[in-house]
Amino acid sequence: MSDNHDAHDFQKHVKRYLFVFYALIVGTVITVAASWAHIDSVAITVAIALFIACMKGFLVAGYFMHLISERKMIYGILLATVFFFAGLMYLTIWSMQPESLVHIR
Amino acid sequence: MDIPYTSEPRQDTGLFNAKVGIWLFLASEVMLFGALFSSYILLRVGAEPGEWPHGLLNIPLGMTNTIVLIVSSITVVMAWASLKMKNFARFKLFQSITLLCALAFLGIKSYEYHDKFTHYEVWLKDGKIADGHLVENNADTIVLHHAHYVDKEAAAKVTHAWQEREIKEEEITIKKSDIRLREGGKLDMESYGPWHNTYTAIYFTLTGLHALHVIGGAIVIFFLWGPLSGMWKTDPERYTNRIEISGLFWHFVDLVWIFLFPVLYLL
Amino acid sequence: MQATTHALPHGAVAHEAHHEELGFWRKYVFSTDHKIIGIQYGITALIFLFFGFCLMMMMRWSIAYPNTPVPVVGPLLEKVLGADKGVISGEVYNQFGAMHGTIMVFLGIVPLAFAAFGNFVVPLQIGAPDMAFPRINMASYQAFVVGGIIMLVSFFIPGGAAQAGWTSYSPLASAVATQGQTFWIIGMVFLITSSLLGAVNFLATIIQLRAPGMTWMRLPFFVWSQFVTGFLLLLAFPPLEAAAIMQLMDKVAHTSFFLPSGLQISSLGHISGGGSPLLWQHLFWFLGHPEVYVLILPAMGIVCEIIANNTRKPIWGYKSLVYSALTIGFLSFIVWAHHMYMTGMGTKISTFFQTTTMIISIPSVIILTCLFLSLWGASIRFNAPMLFALAFLPMFGIGGLTGLPLGFNYSDLHLHDTYYVIAHFHYVVAPGTIFGLFAGIYYWYPKMTGRHMSEFWGKVHFWTSLIFMNLIFQPMFAQGMAGMLRRMADGGANYSAAQVPGAIGGLSPMIMHFNQTISIAAWCLGLAQIPFIINFFWSIKHGKPIASDNPWEATTLEWQTPTPPPHGNFEKAPEVHRGPYEYSVPGAARDFTPQNEA
Ligand code: HEM
Ligand SMILES: [Cu+2]
Repeated sequence: MSDNHDAHDFQKHVKRYLFVFYALIVGTVITVAASWAHIDSVAITVAIALFIACMKGFLVAGYFMHLISERKMIYGILLATVFFFAGLMYLTIWSMQPESLVHIR
Repeated sequence: MDIPYTSEPRQDTGLFNAKVGIWLFLASEVMLFGALFSSYILLRVGAEPGEWPHGLLNIPLGMTNTIVLIVSSITVVMAWASLKMKNFARFKLFQSITLLCALAFLGIKSYEYHDKFTHYEVWLKDGKIADGHLVENNADTIVLHHAHYVDKEAAAKVTHAWQEREIKEEEITIKKSDIRLREGGKLDMESYGPWHNTYTAIYFTLTGLHALHVIGGAIVIFFLWGPLSGMWKTDPERYTNRIEISGLFWHFVDLVWIFLFPVLYLL
Repeated sequence: MQATTHALPHGAVAHEAHHEELGFWRKYVFSTDHKIIGIQYGITALIFLFFGFCLMMMMRWSIAYPNTPVPVVGPLLEKVLGADKGVISGEVYNQFGAMHGTIMVFLGIVPLAFAAFGNFVVPLQIGAPDMAFPRINMASYQAFVVGGIIMLVSFFIPGGAAQAGWTSYSPLASAVATQGQTFWIIGMVFLITSSLLGAVNFLATIIQLRAPGMTWMRLPFFVWSQFVTGFLLLLAFPPLEAAAIMQLMDKVAHTSFFLPSGLQISSLGHISGGGSPLLWQHLFWFLGHPEVYVLILPAMGIVCEIIANNTRKPIWGYKSLVYSALTIGFLSFIVWAHHMYMTGMGTKISTFFQTTTMIISIPSVIILTCLFLSLWGASIRFNAPMLFALAFLPMFGIGGLTGLPLGFNYSDLHLHDTYYVIAHFHYVVAPGTIFGLFAGIYYWYPKMTGRHMSEFWGKVHFWTSLIFMNLIFQPMFAQGMAGMLRRMADGGANYSAAQVPGAIGGLSPMIMHFNQTISIAAWCLGLAQIPFIINFFWSIKHGKPIASDNPWEATTLEWQTPTPPPHGNFEKAPEVHRGPYEYSVPGAARDFTPQNEA
């Protein structure tokens, strides 16, 4: 997306950037508001907060960082990263399951 | 032979070198923060009930900082778009807002840090625990503002930030002779610095590392904006690419904060 | 197109004419040229390897003859480290052990295998003028040197260097009262930074700077191995960096990331507790396991190049090699907890990691098999690089196969933390990787200097090293299976049956006697390196001059340049027309067809 655009194209992009900006602000407000709501379930509280954070993250990465229209090579690098990141997080936390907790409790 | 593809994209990958470089670097950053987030989850899941504080941090301040970073993100991308539209003056303007935002963010963050270093938990001889901001440290008394006595049993049931906010706060004056002593004779009171518990430990580590990234990113943006901006005249295409690269880093820093904010402040 | 193959002496003059002359400092110290940086890395890493080797020779004294003054260097130890009468105490042994491991891995092998060979060879092999980011390349080397200096300095601070092993397990690492561990962590942060900068640079270079026609499947296998290694470093090191930061916080800010509740150690003072020692191990081994592939993959790449060249045959199964390397890269991220069976992390998770561990051994076996099969029916040239490359195969084979019992949960419970483990991984890194690296040095030396190293002394170096390596590490398997634990300053003397006659589970006199055998072999191995060191320096000026720019008659691009390659590497941008190993093509005029020949 970085090459060969004339000024007119960029006017369009600018509109999109502004839209993303407003969406991010709204997302922030909602997530704070949700934390004031008296939701009893911890799981739902966490899910709401993380869902909104993921949406915001998607907007920043997708539009501000142009990932939406990036080249295959970058996708490849990031896909590998996501795989390893997921492995690190999931497998590490797995060892904190009750059946594995003999070493602390 | 000179190094090719420093500013024009290579045909088969469609990318110029620095773009590949920055994304590789960001991939490693994902793993760095990913490991810390994993540690956060592991420590949180492993914490005894009541040991993990909820709603300890100041949400309005955190939210302000979130918005400050979002504003800086849009100005960074607008600055780059301005260069693409050959409007150097607007670029300068947008990037100066970015730099101001970075300063504002760091200012607020240091205020928050200071707040935690003056926030004390005090163990009394009668078994009670007082918790509040140390405002006076006299010869034989201490005064805590926004303070309360901790009810350990109730605290063990706190799972949400809003429950913490419903605790009544008052001003408490404590005689030093009433404070329990630690081994070695020191008063048994401790600020909410990183040593206080695993939550403050990961809070300071994550936000501290993030703040270092803000500082690093701001320095790069500043240099490109000021001392090195002459390149716009000599090699505008490469200059624009550099702005794009520094912008990608800046957005990543914003992205990390987008997750840090709910995880540390709200949950 | 033979325009770039010249008879000696090739005109350094002709090339440097159109390059501004750089001063000594810019040319050799603060250089941004990938070849100079490669050589800088190589020499620094060899020095560190030598230093780590010396630490080991002193440790072996303590193991074989505990509580007796070390000969020769005893007075020095007394002066510098305060070792009483030159005897290696438990503390000093722990420092030496921890630093031997750290230095060998992070300051020796990785910089030599990845950074030195990668820097010198990769851009040449892909037909690039330099690395993609020359200045970052220089910064990477400088960060490496700073990290190395911090590690060395730590020996001289009060209390000496880190003592908790190269794995630095917490809480032990935090509990040792001295600041050696703090230095270790800070040094590691520099080394990690260096590796990350290097990895970004290598990957960007391989992705972006391949010469026209150099498609992915025409890359020499060495480049592939560096590519996968780069990814391992890039994605596995950051979690260790995170862990190092947390351990630093534990050490200087008195946090409790890795310190559990209820831990009472006076040197730690008041702590909040609540942390998890298991967390350190996860993050450490998340790097630690990919790291072993970082240590071995470049060596495999080198060996592959040399075998193809000296068998004068295409490599058998090039594609299998490439896909195996990629598979190893992926899988190596999800096997790490096989180092943690003894932590009680749970049976299900142990089973998972046991399974992935068995799966990852398959691609390693494929690589070894391809290399073995490549020898079939060849008329082999047995020169010094080839001898080392050939020896790599069985040595790595022994190391790899003895790893299987460690990968199974049940057998590991017995073998964990014994000398069996030491023998296993040293077979991989010492007669394995190091032989691969020696092969590489003998092979590419002519490209760097324009002269050959002495063949005769190379062969002396080879045979003596091969014999002593095996004399050192074979008996260790027996010691380990008999139950001798690692990291003991007295080599198990206090455990041995001789001390407690009739005790069950003690170590027999024969097992104990191996300690002396091994140590003597280790010192002989040290002597065996003398011909190499002399050969290395002597040949720079006095070695046999090369007959052409392509003395081994190789196909890959690094040999299609002037010697040594000028700044910018190629006189004319090379164009690639064929795969990397076109040896003995039927109907061709010669038995090798360079990649850039139309
Ligand atoms: C070639 C000759 C070498 C010999 C004779 C040798 C010998 C030893 C010995 C005796 C120990 C310690 C035993 C103990 O107290 O537990 C050891 C530990 C170790 N060595 Fe080597 N070594 C050699 C080369 C290498 C190389 C090339 C590497 C690099 C990768 C390496 C990495 C290690 C590591 C990581 C440890 C474990 C340190 C620890 O316990 O934390 N060694 N070696
Ligand atoms: Cu492993």
